[in-house]
Amino acid sequence: MFLTRNTQPVTRKYMIKLVDIHKSFGQQKVLDGLNLDIEDGKTTVIIGGSGGGKSVLLKHIIGLLKPDSGQVFVDDIDIASLNDKGLNEVRKKFGMLFQEAALFDSMNVMGNVAFPLREHTRKKEKEIREIVRERLKAVGLLGVENKMPSELSGGMRKRVGLARAIAMHPQIVLFDEPTTGLDPVMTEAINELIVETQKNFDLTCVVISHDVQSIFTVGHKIAMLYKGRIIEYGTPEKIKMSSNPVLRQFLSGSLEGPISVI
Amino acid sequence: MNKIAATVDNFGRAILENIEEMGRILILFLSVLAWMARPPLKLRLIFKQMEFVGVKSIFVVVLTGTFTGMVMALQGYYGFRMFNAESLVGSTVALGMTRELGPVLTALMVTARAGSAMAAELGTMRVTEQIDALYVMAANPVKHLIVPRVIAGVIMLPALTIVSDFMGILGGYFVGVPVLGINSGAFINNINKLVDLGDIYNGLIKAAFFGLILSVVGCYKGFNTTGGAEGVGKATTEAVVLAAISILISDYFLTAIMF
Ligand SMILES: Nc1ncnc2c1ncn2[C@@H]1O[C@H](COP(=O)(O)OP(=O)(O)OP(=O)(O)O)[C@@H](O)[C@H]1O
Ligand SMILES: [Mg+2]
Repeated sequence: MFLTRNTQPVTRKYMIKLVDIHKSFGQQKVLDGLNLDIEDGKTTVIIGGSGGGKSVLLKHIIGLLKPDSGQVFVDDIDIASLNDKGLNEVRKKFGMLFQEAALFDSMNVMGNVAFPLREHTRKKEKEIREIVRERLKAVGLLGVENKMPSELSGGMRKRVGLARAIAMHPQIVLFDEPTTGLDPVMTEAINELIVETQKNFDLTCVVISHDVQSIFTVGHKIAMLYKGRIIEYGTPEKIKMSSNPVLRQFLSGSLEGPISVI
Repeated sequence: MNKIAATVDNFGRAILENIEEMGRILILFLSVLAWMARPPLKLRLIFKQMEFVGVKSIFVVVLTGTFTGMVMALQGYYGFRMFNAESLVGSTVALGMTRELGPVLTALMVTARAGSAMAAELGTMRVTEQIDALYVMAANPVKHLIVPRVIAGVIMLPALTIVSDFMGILGGYFVGVPVLGINSGAFINNINKLVDLGDIYNGLIKAAFFGLILSVVGCYKGFNTTGGAEGVGKATTEAVVLAAISILISDYFLTAIMF
C-alpha cells in the first residue's frame, strides 16, 4: 500500500475520469454536466471563481461527495459502485490537502503527519518519526513537531496539512489551494515542493489554485471551471494563448468581462 | 379548517422526524457494535475517554451524591418521625440512592459534562472537515471517534455510580446520626437488612445503559452537525436535552422490568 503501483506497463493515459457530473445543494446547482480527465503522472490545475465549485469537485474525486448523476472513475473503477471497504482501498491511493488544512486538533503536529503512517503501515515508531521530520523539513517546518494545531498560524497549518497529505507518498494527491495565505517566498517554495515531489515519485496531482503565477509553475494541464463545467482545458501555453473571454478576464483579474462579481 | 389541517400536518411530520432520528441513532449504535467486534481496538483513545468521562467527573459526582443523600435523610426524617420510625431513614437513603438517584443523577451530571463535550467535539470536527480528513485517510470515524467514547461511557457510568451511592449513604449517615440523632446501630442495621446486592447491581446495570445512551446520543448529534459554529452549539444543546429525556424515560421502563 506504500507506493504500490500496477506492475503492468502503464498504457492508460488517464488516472481520473469525471463523466457528466451533476451536483446540486438544494436549489443551488454547483456542478452542471462536468467532464474532466486527469492525466496519469501529471499535474492538473483547476482554476475558477470563488464559490464556483472547485472544492466540491475535488471532494467528488475522493468520494466525500456523491454526484447526483454522472460517474467518477479512479484507476478505471467507478467509485460510486464501491462499498465502504472498496472505497477505502481506493482512498489509500490518495493524499489530500484540505482548503482549511483540517488538522486533527486533538493531536500535535507529529501525531497529525504520522497519522496515515501509523494507520496503514507497520513501520516502527522510530522510522515513522524520521519520515515525519523529513516531510516537515520539506515544507520548512522542522522543529514544530510538538506544537498543537491551535498554536500554529494559518500558513503553518496549511503546510502541516501538506506534509500529512504527502506523508505516504500516495499515488494521487489532491491539493485544495496549497499556497493561499502564504507569503511570496513560501509560495514559491511550496510550488517547488509540489513540482519536485510530483516528478520524483511520478505522482498524479490535482491542484486548485487562485494564484496565476503558481498555475503556470506547477501545471502540466490547466482546466478552468465556470458555471459548473470545464470551459477550457489544455497546456499552460494553450491557456495563455486562449481567447476565451472568461479565461482572459480571470487571468488578468479585470472587472470587465463575462464574470460578474456583484 | 386549514389551520387545523396544517397543525395536524406539522404534528405528524414532527413525529415522523423523531422516529426517523431514533432509527438513525439505532443504526449508529449497530455500527458501533460492529466496529467493537473488529479488533484492534484503539486502547489509547479508550483510556483517554475513560479519563475524561470518568476520572474528571468524580468531583461533581461526589458533590451531587453527598448532598442528595443528605437531603434525603433530612426529608425522610421528618416523614418517619411521625410514625416513630426514624431508624428507617438509613435504608430509605440507601435504597433510593442505589436503585434510583445514584444512577440517574450521575447520568444527568455526566450528560451535562461529557455528553455535551462529545457533541461539541465531534461537531467541531465535522464542520472543520476533520471527519472528512479521517475518511480521506481511509480511517473510519466510527472506529476512531465514537467507539472509544461509547466504551468509556458504558464502563465509567457504573463506576461513578458506585461513588455516588457510597457518598449518598455517607451523606445520609452524617445528617441522620450526628445531626438528627438517629441511633447509629439502627441506621446501619436497617441498611443491612433492607438493601440487598440486587438493588445495587440493578442500579449499576441502569447506569451502564445510561452511559450508552448519553455517549451514543452525544456522538450522534455531534457527528451529524451542519452549519458552522452555530450548528455546533445547536448540536450540543440537542444532545443534552435528548440524552436527558431518554435517560429519564428509559429509567421508568428499566425499573419496571428489573424491580
Ligand atoms: N456541503 C455543502 N452544503 C451546501 N452547499 C455547499 C456545500 N459545499 C459547498 N456548497 C456550495 O457550493 C458552492 C461551491 O463551493 P466550493 O467550496 O466548491 O467553492 P470553491 O470553488 O472551492 O470556492 P473557493 O475558491 O472560495 O474555495 C458554494 O456556493 C457553496 O455554498
Ligand atoms: Mg474551495
